[in-house]
Amino acid sequence: MYRTTEIISDGTKNPPLEGGEAGDFIINVGPQHPATHGVLHLVITLNGETIKKVEPHLGYIHRSIEKMCESLTYRQFIYVTSRMDYLSSHINNHACAMCVEKGMQIEVPARARVIRILMDELTRIASHELWLGAMAMDLGAFTPFFHTFREREMINEIMEDTCGARLTMNYMVPGGVMQDIHPDFQRKVKDFVKQFQRKIGEMDEIVTGNTIFQNRMKGVGIITREDAISFGCTGPVSRGSGVSSDTRKLFPYEGYENIEFDEVIETGCDSFARYMIRIREMQQSIRIIEQLIDNIPEGDFQAKTKAVLKLPKGDFFQRVETARGQFGVYIVSEGGTTPYRIKFRSPGFSNLSILDHIARGSKIGDLVAMMGTLDLVIPDIDR
Amino acid sequence: MYIINYIKTVFSTVRSMLVGMRRTGYYFTHHKEIITEQYPDNRDTLKMADRFKGEVVMPHDEKNEHRCTGCTACELACPNGTIKVITKFDITPEGKKKKAIDKLVYHLELCTMCNLCIVACPSDAIKMAQTFEHSVFDRNELTKVLNNPGSKIMDGVE
Repeated sequence: MYRTTEIISDGTKNPPLEGGEAGDFIINVGPQHPATHGVLHLVITLNGETIKKVEPHLGYIHRSIEKMCESLTYRQFIYVTSRMDYLSSHINNHACAMCVEKGMQIEVPARARVIRILMDELTRIASHELWLGAMAMDLGAFTPFFHTFREREMINEIMEDTCGARLTMNYMVPGGVMQDIHPDFQRKVKDFVKQFQRKIGEMDEIVTGNTIFQNRMKGVGIITREDAISFGCTGPVSRGSGVSSDTRKLFPYEGYENIEFDEVIETGCDSFARYMIRIREMQQSIRIIEQLIDNIPEGDFQAKTKAVLKLPKGDFFQRVETARGQFGVYIVSEGGTTPYRIKFRSPGFSNLSILDHIARGSKIGDLVAMMGTLDLVIPDIDR
Repeated sequence: MYIINYIKTVFSTVRSMLVGMRRTGYYFTHHKEIITEQYPDNRDTLKMADRFKGEVVMPHDEKNEHRCTGCTACELACPNGTIKVITKFDITPEGKKKKAIDKLVYHLELCTMCNLCIVACPSDAIKMAQTFEHSVFDRNELTKVLNNPGSKIMDGVE
């Protein structure tokens, strides 16, 4: 922490930062800070305790994934995308696999489509569970972290059984899924659903009903409907402001149009509304899983594809709903075995851009609550 | 009026905290609910999932024979250059030249366990092992040769 007018050792005056005034405090939060998840660097200009400006500095975990993908074939580039938004890696892989299928016009078997949806929804629950624990931990409650990780562990075990990995699965391949589901899959998912419904009430007791928690969340980080649209927010961040933005409903893919579930929308516009969105979204995901788990059709889990995939000349786009919002894959193909250019539209980047807007004028203690409910995953932003 | 509201808030806050503390107290006294595994102590009984992707291995049978034909499909499928297939030519009893592997070099330090080589292999010569404690002091130890010394290709595998 330093004053912008502080005289530094060589006698010259440190000039005020752009847009700052003499007397402002500048605080660096991150890149290694316990309250920021990952390596997000925020330069905060303060007037006393009031935030004047928040400037996110990006690029600490930039790995040039988009450029890397240009040298990988259409089978190989999918595994890299699980390293972007590592909490919804299945859904990222799903988007890429679907984009390639769209270009190649591969018909995915019904069994593979149902398995994919089940995996997506399990990933969504796992992601929200982790967020819920980390969010409560940011606000000073440590116990909920263990409670949410107990349920998340069950999902991780299901993933480990079927996909062979707990975080970066690489399970979706163009044409279907890599392996058939494990024989224990259905039983374990049913166990999980039972456990989840038994234990979700605990979170209401420990976190949601707590008055201190509510006071720190309600009225904090107001995102109006207009702001959410103009900043390009998607996912729970925009649905907390009453914007209907669920890609599964608006642009149904992979058979979501045949499944009964509600798009969760809250109109509170504050951090608590975004919190409630995620809690209710988990219950909707459970509803989807309950509909599908007994109705996995028989058949192939993967369509017959050529050994070498070649996309026809042209550009292809596919969007999906990850746990954080809308994720888009844009592939430009020149007709070869590798993409000419790949662009990922990641939800975290747009959601982060609104942080400066909502934090201005509020107290620095509320910044953690705002950042927590935006649910940022930094590799997703930096790529 | 303000003072009544204030006192009400104090009481409701205390009540909401007690509700949460009752739940944590429940877990404090119910030891059967604990699911934590004591990892380094339970090594002997720890069983990984059958499909867990730990490292790539090449199974050999009792006659020291493997199924690898040296087709380099795994090398082509790998996104990171983890696998290098070094081939040689064997002379068969009929006097013909036959392609076979000299070494299948596997760089564990580069591997991301994406399973693409296993899927690409046409003769099921390699598979994923369930080992997971890979830490070593020298990274050269992570470069492995998968085929045993003196091993041969199994009969009937083309």
